[in-house]
Amino acid sequence: MAEPVGRFAVGDRVRVRLFDPEGHTRAPRYVRGHVGEVVGQRGVHPLPDAVVAGEDPEPTAVRAVRFDAAALWGSGEHSVTVDLWEDYLEPAGPGREGPRSTDLRDDDRELDG
Amino acid sequence: MTTHDDAAVSRRVRALEAELERLGVVDGGQLDGILDRVLANATPAAGARVVARAWTDPAFRQRLLADGNAAIGELGLSMSHGPAPQELRVVANTADVHNVVVCTLCSCYPISLLGPSPSWYKSAAYRARVVRWPREVLAEFGLDLPESTRIDVWDSSAETRYLVVPRRPAGTGGASEEELAALVTRAGMIGTAPV
Repeated sequence: MAEPVGRFAVGDRVRVRLFDPEGHTRAPRYVRGHVGEVVGQRGVHPLPDAVVAGEDPEPTAVRAVRFDAAALWGSGEHSVTVDLWEDYLEPAGPGREGPRSTDLRDDDRELDG
Repeated sequence: MTTHDDAAVSRRVRALEAELERLGVVDGGQLDGILDRVLANATPAAGARVVARAWTDPAFRQRLLADGNAAIGELGLSMSHGPAPQELRVVANTADVHNVVVCTLCSCYPISLLGPSPSWYKSAAYRARVVRWPREVLAEFGLDLPESTRIDVWDSSAETRYLVVPRRPAGTGGASEEELAALVTRAGMIGTAPV
């Protein structure tokens, strides 16, 4: 399969756009607004949000994005990898999961300690 | 006892299909053709053959993890029987990493390798909880993983379907590929059983 054309490469930090569409979407709510790392390419496919709306969109790139459980839920040691159209993603700064979740976890640690 | 045929969802699907046929949107014969093609060889035995080959042939295992569709083609298997071809991504369990698959939005799953999905796979409880508390959910299935084993959950929310290669059970060194395939379960290839 040819390398899909897209904006994000493996290793990129990306944030899932925080949006709340009225119609169909394949961006699960639990990852919206969260930062993860691109770990794989999943081809190019028409955006289902547009397909369901009756449009005939050009296929766009899909990426496998890995999230740390602690970044999603506030605790947990596992990872969750979600296949997401690039339409749902925006660039995130390098190295951090976002100040908010990191700060909250630091607070937890102090309370526990 | 309630059977699949009189479940509320089955009645709803039948009514929808009848209406779509009446309006000329779909052709019943075409639909049956697609279903026959998809389901003809769709049983967990197909996935089990893939796993057994991966256990016995390290080069095949490498090819399988690199390009699932091409590798299963070597066994005469395909993910292209449905209306649109599906990409197959294969993930392998090790002593350090355990993989488990879910579709939080619906029930996506490699039907041509695993057969129709188990009812729990489609349940709201499994879909909501396995991404949040996978270790606890796996323990409820009877799969207690050591704390040192990391868990990777795969949410098949787009067009790719995931298959888990379980760890080969200890003490099966002398088993043939066929004997090994007989050990592999559908739950094992979703990641909710050890094998």
